[in-house]
Amino acid sequence: MSVEIEEKAAAIRDRRHPEPRHEPLVFELSGVGKVGYSLPPLDVPETVAIAPALLRAEIAGETEISEVEVARHFTRLSKLNFSIDEALYPLGSCTMKHNPRVNEEVARLPGFAAAHPLAPEEVSQGALELAWRLEKILAELTGLARVTLQPAAGAQGELAGILMVRAALAKEGNPRTTVLIPDSAHGTNPASAHFAGYKVRELKSNARGTLDLHVLEEAMTENVAALMLTVPNTLGIFENQILEIARIVHAKGGYLYCDGANFNSFVGIAKPGAMGIDVMHMNLHKTFSTPHGGGGPGAGPAAVAERLVPFLPRPTIERRAEGTFFLDHDRPESIGRLRTFLGNFGMFVRALAYISSYGNRIGEVARGAVLNANYIRAGLAGVYHLKYDAPTMHEVVFSDKNQTASGVHAMDIGKRLMDYGFHPPTISFPLIVHGALMIEPTETESKPGLDAFVAAMREIARECEEEPQIVKTAPHTTPVRRVDEVGAARNLVLRWKPGS
Amino acid sequence: MNPEDLHYTPSHEWVRIDGDVGAIGITDYAQKELGEIVYLELPEVGHVFNAGDEFGTVESVKAVSELFTPVSGEVVEVNKGAVAEPGIVNDDPFGDGWLIKMTLTTDEEVGKLMTAEQYASYVQQEEKER
Amino acid sequence: MKFLPTSDADRSEMLRAIGVSSVEDLFASIPSEVRQPPNLPPPLSEIEVRRLLGSLAARNANARESAFFLGAGIYNHYVSAIADQMLYRAEWLTSYTPYQPEVSQGTLQSIFEFQTHICLLTGLDVANASLYEGASAVVEALLMASRLCRGRTRAVLSAGIHPEYRETVRTYFSSLGFTSVEVPVGMDGRTDEKALAAAVDDDTFAVAIQSPNFYGVVEDWQIGSRAAHGKGALSVAVVAEAVSMALLAPPGDRGADIACGEAQSLGVPMHLGGPVLGFLACRAEHERQIPGRLVGQTRDAEGRRAFCLTLSTREQHIRRERATSNICTNQGLMALTSNIHCSLLGKRGLREVALQSHAKAEHLKAEIAKIPGWRIPLSTPTFNEFVVEAPEPAAPLLSRLARWGILAGVPLSRWEPDSGNRFLVAATEMNTREEMDRLVGALKAGGRGDHEVPHPDLS
Repeated sequence: MSVEIEEKAAAIRDRRHPEPRHEPLVFELSGVGKVGYSLPPLDVPETVAIAPALLRAEIAGETEISEVEVARHFTRLSKLNFSIDEALYPLGSCTMKHNPRVNEEVARLPGFAAAHPLAPEEVSQGALELAWRLEKILAELTGLARVTLQPAAGAQGELAGILMVRAALAKEGNPRTTVLIPDSAHGTNPASAHFAGYKVRELKSNARGTLDLHVLEEAMTENVAALMLTVPNTLGIFENQILEIARIVHAKGGYLYCDGANFNSFVGIAKPGAMGIDVMHMNLHKTFSTPHGGGGPGAGPAAVAERLVPFLPRPTIERRAEGTFFLDHDRPESIGRLRTFLGNFGMFVRALAYISSYGNRIGEVARGAVLNANYIRAGLAGVYHLKYDAPTMHEVVFSDKNQTASGVHAMDIGKRLMDYGFHPPTISFPLIVHGALMIEPTETESKPGLDAFVAAMREIARECEEEPQIVKTAPHTTPVRRVDEVGAARNLVLRWKPGS
Repeated sequence: MNPEDLHYTPSHEWVRIDGDVGAIGITDYAQKELGEIVYLELPEVGHVFNAGDEFGTVESVKAVSELFTPVSGEVVEVNKGAVAEPGIVNDDPFGDGWLIKMTLTTDEEVGKLMTAEQYASYVQQEEKER
Repeated sequence: MKFLPTSDADRSEMLRAIGVSSVEDLFASIPSEVRQPPNLPPPLSEIEVRRLLGSLAARNANARESAFFLGAGIYNHYVSAIADQMLYRAEWLTSYTPYQPEVSQGTLQSIFEFQTHICLLTGLDVANASLYEGASAVVEALLMASRLCRGRTRAVLSAGIHPEYRETVRTYFSSLGFTSVEVPVGMDGRTDEKALAAAVDDDTFAVAIQSPNFYGVVEDWQIGSRAAHGKGALSVAVVAEAVSMALLAPPGDRGADIACGEAQSLGVPMHLGGPVLGFLACRAEHERQIPGRLVGQTRDAEGRRAFCLTLSTREQHIRRERATSNICTNQGLMALTSNIHCSLLGKRGLREVALQSHAKAEHLKAEIAKIPGWRIPLSTPTFNEFVVEAPEPAAPLLSRLARWGILAGVPLSRWEPDSGNRFLVAATEMNTREEMDRLVGALKAGGRGDHEVPHPDLS
């Protein structure tokens, strides 16, 4: 690196972090005889009534460490993370919105956190009512008949949806063989279709970035079980011909599946059920504010039209005439279970708290999300290349095409954004845009926050032209510099070993 | 750029014929697109393939690509050096980065493949469509 | 609305910059036929949200407010205050999947530590960053085995595996063309070894048994390994009560190729069964087939130790329909709390929790056995859960006991219609002697406690 660049990097570095920290592994902090827990003395006779051959020796390598060191370790580790509470995380289709704290508070009430899924129903009515209410609300928001809350995440919701379609078709005599998926789709779509036993046929998007109706007409045969669409798609473009798309699919006896990852763009404004969508999964950890927690947990409820209701996973939550709630396991046409118990109940609590906070004004979420994304689009247009210029909703996909002349790629731009205090947008996805920068700010970003992001992106574009090296070797101010992912894959070290 | 003595496929494999043995690998364009290669999944010696069959995968940090054989034949040698050090395929895709060698079933398939010049225009066309 | 930081003035400026006159203009692509406002009540303030959720929570009996003995796959164990409170830190709660390692070293290192804890407990070489929960973890383990034995189509499962895990396997298998064959548990509560071996053939890709099994009985992992390896299949060890791994022989030491199941009892609150914490571990030779996220150790551009997601090419976002799984999310926060919990308890604490749980259960078992009319039908050793046979139908009895503030167990009739009088009782280090005495007293009195505990829904 040149002296000037090093000086510049140093200037930014001094503003942010002192020397990057190295945090030992918790196993490296261990010391013989240290204790991090306390238990009451045993108040029953000591005994081990199991044959020695079935027992283990001590857990070699496990920790011996105090609460103090654990507190410091995990606090210091946390400081190596970016988070939404700190700054914008404009990851496309992830909907990194603010996580309301009242959600965390209510989720920890003993009646939720310390309750067991197999307690007698008469003393679990609060839980059953909560889940029932959430189902009704999600059905209302989607304009569909019923919702299964069982799926643990979006991908499982997708699988549930496609399995229900399969069951419905099998009942008519032919489950069919193929699912159609646009080339702009998220990877979980074809993966889920495969797990449901279907072949995948990819549909090329048209020049507008949306589904080509001729391509769809030609592909939509009686061998096709479903079309899986993300609405709006991963470019942020709404399929304005959605009603015609539904007609084409239904005319051949197929089902229209909606990947609801982008529901944040029209929740409370339009209803998927009215679009001809038969089944749709939602992500509580995207649209409905449950926290991302470093990668999970999530929840992926799937909503279905009336004709798919018999196939819902079991059990469903029902309400008796007198107002009590129960689990209905007696559903002979159900696809069965996708997991244990009711689902990620802790996320239901948070989602209900969130939706209740908005009520009939929930459309303001979508309005804010779409306004913010379009504001960013206006700020970056002309500076970054926009492959598809159709109107976009809550997210926009630029590419690195204007910057690659200097040898800079989308990934480098993302890494340089970290030096400006932002998490990068989604890089290199969707696949139909080479060098994609997929930006979704959500409605919880303020105008000053958006302005700062746009300014940083414009500054980086200038750097790409005038001093590309600083972008190509970014980041310079993060706790670690660019990480060698190739080395990680070539020499797999996936755990700590005692003695190392 | 692309060696004249090789024959090319639309899926970016090449074959070098030496008597009745063909050496197969991926092109420089392919290795560039993949990025640094971290893993190779290759067949065992003795395996028989028809032209166009999938014979393995090549994996980088960001992508996995299936490998399709340009010609029919039986595997007689696998490049163990490349399996141990996949970076060789990035560094020398047309030479030391060869992947497998096969005894060819027939010498009539080679004519259906692309020449270096045809492959170069094919790649140019692909890049334009981005 | 307090989660919307845009003022009217901001909005006007932004619309001007975009070049439209109103926000409505930005929704022009949505056909008017599908525009329907939702029929929902008006917004609630935070005070009202607390009230609403509070009133719902108050109607659920729970471990803090009852004498608590429920198990059957979800267990009430000690979770330290700091494990939960650490999750309030914004950097843990509100961060995302660590796709950008330079700004996610906290999450990545924590997952690496979690992976290590699971390896130490299971005795295997590699563990992933977690899966959704126990049942889908078993499915993923079986699918992994099927990839390693390509061409085979059958899995042999012990009926001692949790019924909801087995039901989940059937759901997934039905669309993949695989079959699952179940081998019954014998009269002594253990998987019948001969029947297990007999069920395995050349078309079998996996043999799975659970220990402690659904009835709380300790099984010998080796019967699964022997049955599997004899025919070139993989041995899958299923664990629903992960605390047991601190006392019982690790599956990896007893021939298991893959260990999987539920790690909720290692520091994750019960949450009515979700979110919890699935886990999967395997031998090094199979690591490329492991589903889900994996964190690996590497270096950064300046030589520092650093961590990143690795082998991502197996995952859905790259491999798409050829992925090892469709899984995207892991249970990030739950893996973190489990990591903190296991780190705090460590070598001695994990063992002590297991010993206490076992001793308490043994004591309770012995006391119930003394009650006239009551029996413990299975005499084989159990870990911390056991089957009890009442002199009357269990489900109504257990409902009655709930009135007295006692959650005494889970009726087997829920899954086995013929087991009407039987139920599962679990004990952990959280149960006091006094609590257990109260249960025994109530059973002796035919399902009556010593004082009614008012519950909002029971009159």
